[in-house]
Amino acid sequence: MDIGKDLVAASATPLVLAILSEGESYGYAIIKRVYELSGGEMQWTDGMLYPVLHRLEHNGLVKASWGESETGRRRKYYRLTEQGSEELKNQRRQWRVVNETLFSTPFKSSQLVPQGI
Amino acid sequence: MLDERIGEWRAYVRRRQAIAATDVDELEDHLRSKVADLQKAGLDEEEAFLIGVKRLGELDTLSREFAREHSERLWKRLMVADAETGGTGWGREALVALALAVAAAVAIKVPELFGLTIEDGGPATESFYVRNFSLFVLPFLAGFFAWKRGMDPAGLMRLAASFVIGALAINLIPFAPLGHTELLASLHLPLALWLAVGIGYAGGAWRSHDQRMNYVRFSGEWFIYLALIAMGGGVLMGSTVFVFSAIGMDAEWILNNWILPCGVMGAIVIAGWLAEAKQSVIENMAPVLTLLFTPLFTLLLLAFLGTMVLTGSGINVEREVLIGFDLILVVVVGLLLYAISARDPQAEPGFFDVLQLVLVVCALLVDAMALWAILARITEFGFSPNRVAALGENVILVVNLGWSAVLYARFLRRRAGFAALERWQTAYLPVYAVWAWIVVVVFPLVFRFQ
Repeated sequence: MDIGKDLVAASATPLVLAILSEGESYGYAIIKRVYELSGGEMQWTDGMLYPVLHRLEHNGLVKASWGESETGRRRKYYRLTEQGSEELKNQRRQWRVVNETLFSTPFKSSQLVPQGI
Repeated sequence: MLDERIGEWRAYVRRRQAIAATDVDELEDHLRSKVADLQKAGLDEEEAFLIGVKRLGELDTLSREFAREHSERLWKRLMVADAETGGTGWGREALVALALAVAAAVAIKVPELFGLTIEDGGPATESFYVRNFSLFVLPFLAGFFAWKRGMDPAGLMRLAASFVIGALAINLIPFAPLGHTELLASLHLPLALWLAVGIGYAGGAWRSHDQRMNYVRFSGEWFIYLALIAMGGGVLMGSTVFVFSAIGMDAEWILNNWILPCGVMGAIVIAGWLAEAKQSVIENMAPVLTLLFTPLFTLLLLAFLGTMVLTGSGINVEREVLIGFDLILVVVVGLLLYAISARDPQAEPGFFDVLQLVLVVCALLVDAMALWAILARITEFGFSPNRVAALGENVILVVNLGWSAVLYARFLRRRAGFAALERWQTAYLPVYAVWAWIVVVVFPLVFRFQ
């Protein structure tokens, strides 16, 4: 399923925060985890994750540190900060409200046809 | 094979200003993980690499995203740290430059141990500092370049010899204290030594025209950095006086004895290091100023010539008027030199080249008129050292500009390439050096040290 660009952009921050709340991780693993959790429905353009991570770091929601991969390569790890957990809670509340509002309206396919035609 | 491809990819991505080296490291880790996974799934290395790169996204879009997050990176920064150390800590070069700057600052205070205090010194002390100040700092700057370029012993000897000869000449010649020949020698020694620093800058390869042109570029940038540091120094000194006067203390002696002399010496070395360190990082400033001022100076000279023709007023021949016209020629040679230094030699003649020729021709006309007026009365004034020096400099500059005008005209009519003009300027540099040494060494003898 193709998810619109705006929605991808808007959901990137809470999704990254949610995945990091499971524990420290790094870019490639985060992308794999998003793919897994969405059952293969969500795929990001891989590179775009990094500016998002850097912005979160800049805002103090995550903390980055250089470590090593299992093969000894330089790898940058990210973990959630206190402020990041708070932000995640906050975002979850907001998304729940949006979600509930969206699904509380009775869905009828006939309503999609504009009236008067 | 994969390492090679990734190396190429790194170099390609690295060209994007918004994506820093550490970001490329991070992206490389991602790319390698992806390639490994794809290979596990059965793809060959080549395919896995191509898909991995594609999945990272289009580079333009990616670099725009990075730029949005790191907008400060679009302002090229002069990095104090070496690129290899990953942006932390000071590079070795910076430390050497700093040490040499401190050494120069200390050196200028050493004579004080022998009773030569800068302030309240008699004429003999004053004359000592006027003669020697360049010898306290330029050897350190030359040393910096000798160290950086790893000069061979023969080159080092030649470099050291220039400074030793300069030091001996300026101190052994029995000048009349603060007389004309002493002042002239003191003014020309720094110029002679500055060109000697060029030997160090070129790593001994001072015959190379490319190296000479690089030294010209360096000199322009060095001067601009020095002017900027001087402005900062002025603020520092003003603040020093102000805060101490606020508590009723006079800080002026600290300024004159310490901050000013030591600061100038240190700043000369630091400006040299900055100009060297940033040459590839930031656009050169001297050519930009040239672009700005060439039209304005052309306008000035045209207006001057026009006014002279319309009003019929001749040049008012004062005794030292020649010095003023020398300075105008120096400015024009400078504008020419820096315009040449920044020009792509392969480019076709353009409007700016025509403007440059007009500027040179105007300068020659103005100077010819000044010379005409002065030569008519030079017998009346007599040949003092100052006048001979001014006249000699005028001749040197006129020869340079005259031949430059010829070469420019040929270039504009496509009879010759631009390289000839560039070569003429770099080939001419030793003439300035020879003249400077003549004023330092020969003038005192000819004019009996007056």
